[in-house]
Amino acid sequence: MMSAFIFRALKSHILATVVVILAAAVLVPASNLLLPADHALHIPTYVMSLMGKYLCYALLALALDLVWGYCGILSLGHGAFFAFGGYAMGMYLMRQIGSRGVYGNPDLPDFMVFLNWKELPWFWYGFDFFPFAMLMVLFVPGLLAFVFGWFAFRSRVNGVYLSIITQAMTYALMLSFFRNDMGFGGNNGLTDYKEIVGFSVQAGGTRAVLFAMSALMLALCLLIASAIVNSKFGKVLVGVRDAESRVRFLGFRVENIKLFTFVVSAMFAGIAGALFVPQVGIINPGEFAPANSIEVVVWTAVGGRGTLIGPIIGAVLVNAGKSYFTGAFPELWLFALGGLFIAVTLFLPKGIVGTIQGGFSTRKAIKVASDAEKGRGDVTPIAQAAE
Amino acid sequence: MNTIAETRSKSLLYLEDVSVSFDGFKALNSLSFVVEPGELRAIIGPNGAGKTTMMDIITGKTRPDTGRVLFEDEIDLTKKDEADIAQLGIGRKFQKPTVFESHTVWDNLELALNRPRGVFSTLFYKLSADDTVRIEEILDTIRMTHRRNELAANLSHGQKQWLEIGMLLAQEPKLLLVDEPVAGMTDAETAETAVLLREIAKSRSVVVVEHDMGFIRELGVKVTCLAEGSVLAEGSIDFVSNDPKVIENYLGR
Repeated sequence: MMSAFIFRALKSHILATVVVILAAAVLVPASNLLLPADHALHIPTYVMSLMGKYLCYALLALALDLVWGYCGILSLGHGAFFAFGGYAMGMYLMRQIGSRGVYGNPDLPDFMVFLNWKELPWFWYGFDFFPFAMLMVLFVPGLLAFVFGWFAFRSRVNGVYLSIITQAMTYALMLSFFRNDMGFGGNNGLTDYKEIVGFSVQAGGTRAVLFAMSALMLALCLLIASAIVNSKFGKVLVGVRDAESRVRFLGFRVENIKLFTFVVSAMFAGIAGALFVPQVGIINPGEFAPANSIEVVVWTAVGGRGTLIGPIIGAVLVNAGKSYFTGAFPELWLFALGGLFIAVTLFLPKGIVGTIQGGFSTRKAIKVASDAEKGRGDVTPIAQAAE
Repeated sequence: MNTIAETRSKSLLYLEDVSVSFDGFKALNSLSFVVEPGELRAIIGPNGAGKTTMMDIITGKTRPDTGRVLFEDEIDLTKKDEADIAQLGIGRKFQKPTVFESHTVWDNLELALNRPRGVFSTLFYKLSADDTVRIEEILDTIRMTHRRNELAANLSHGQKQWLEIGMLLAQEPKLLLVDEPVAGMTDAETAETAVLLREIAKSRSVVVVEHDMGFIRELGVKVTCLAEGSVLAEGSIDFVSNDPKVIENYLGR
């Protein structure tokens, strides 16, 4: 039962993508650590961290694709789950600073000392322990998605209304995280990290491991997502997207189907956030900004929604473009992003990967049809078969 | 016509005094209606007579303001939602053919098959030999074996209607509600659909809502005429179509 579930994930194009990601997980750190700095193939540490960041974004886009591309839930608040994962990791990293902060307080992070707090708030308990923090990376986004989805899906909020609520959710979270007395560092967020599981976060080796971990988690989540969408559950999911009432009248509990998918997706986003934070060195309420979540939608649309690998490609391409543009023409980036979204919507509504796949299946259909017309091939023309 | 008290003991579906109004408009006005096990029943009536609203109430989409809706004499359908009611064994075909267009004909039937429908049972579902046989049987019944691997989106209108009927069969319902199955079909398709529905009705109750009087004649079953949310007349097609109230309200117009 379980083996069939796993086996189904191994479609050829998914497998190829996983191989590419795993190769990157090995080759990029190897080139960074083993080749001398003046070698042509040497990848500098800052480039590796940048690429690691893209992989985290790719995982976030994959998470969105699961709910948007397959289940038809356009979430405009997926950045919130990403940020929650990031904050869970950030809190762990803050606790690792210990007494090396500016104020040298062994019990409290700097911002709490600054706010004149005397003791650690209860919700920071446990974040000294790596395993607990990692559990929270999954649990907190999952819980938020569960509570949100429980109410939204049960009351059958759909379409644009749901999108607006998700957007409002992330906006409300941003405003509350900006407040100092929330206990998450206010608008400065959490930063100035020193160590992760005993290794310096600045060290080249740690950076390499973080990059490799980002690639590994992306590959793993891609396989899980592929197993989900290729199971009967995945077919039901597409059914919900295309004809929700039919699914309901066939006896499925649509709210449970949506809830499960939404929670899994939120957990993927949480993992992405957690790997993002040590590589960029900061998490602040800006990550909750509604514009961030909308950007994720753009990456997914550019790559091709409902394809799993499309969003990965879209996220990497758009962000590489962003890195280039913000360096070369900083004031033009937002116009370029907006133009890109419009162009994709108009000319490539299925995105890059969707268009390529569509091209393949059209060519196949044309070949089958022409074979049938010439009276060869194993396909019976429909008109004859019907007689 | 039997009184409700007489039919009460052997009904599959039993509606008594059901009323519902939307913004003051009475869509159903103390409607009473009984379907016996194994019965094939046709429902006619002018637009706005409450035919679709009645189906909405039976399948749990709409809650009645007053009245009783019982399935198999004891299950109160007004307390259940769509998924519960579908699992009890009531299948519904929509007016507009509603199939999963991005799935193949086969996958459409596989999804409709009456198997555990929870998140984890579908996640780990594996097509068994029994299920394969059952799907092949249904493909044969709806005459679509040769199109099993075709995407539902590529089917003609009539074939989509049949596929949807096939999905309902896969659900193994005790009662099938069919809303305008021959709308937009050619005459040949209409005749075939009548044969198909009669065949299906051999093993279950079927309620058909239809405007096409020729089709209903072809079915040759008991007819109920609704108007303004209640039953106007009930009986054979000749009896109903000669009823002066029916002529005035529906046929004459």
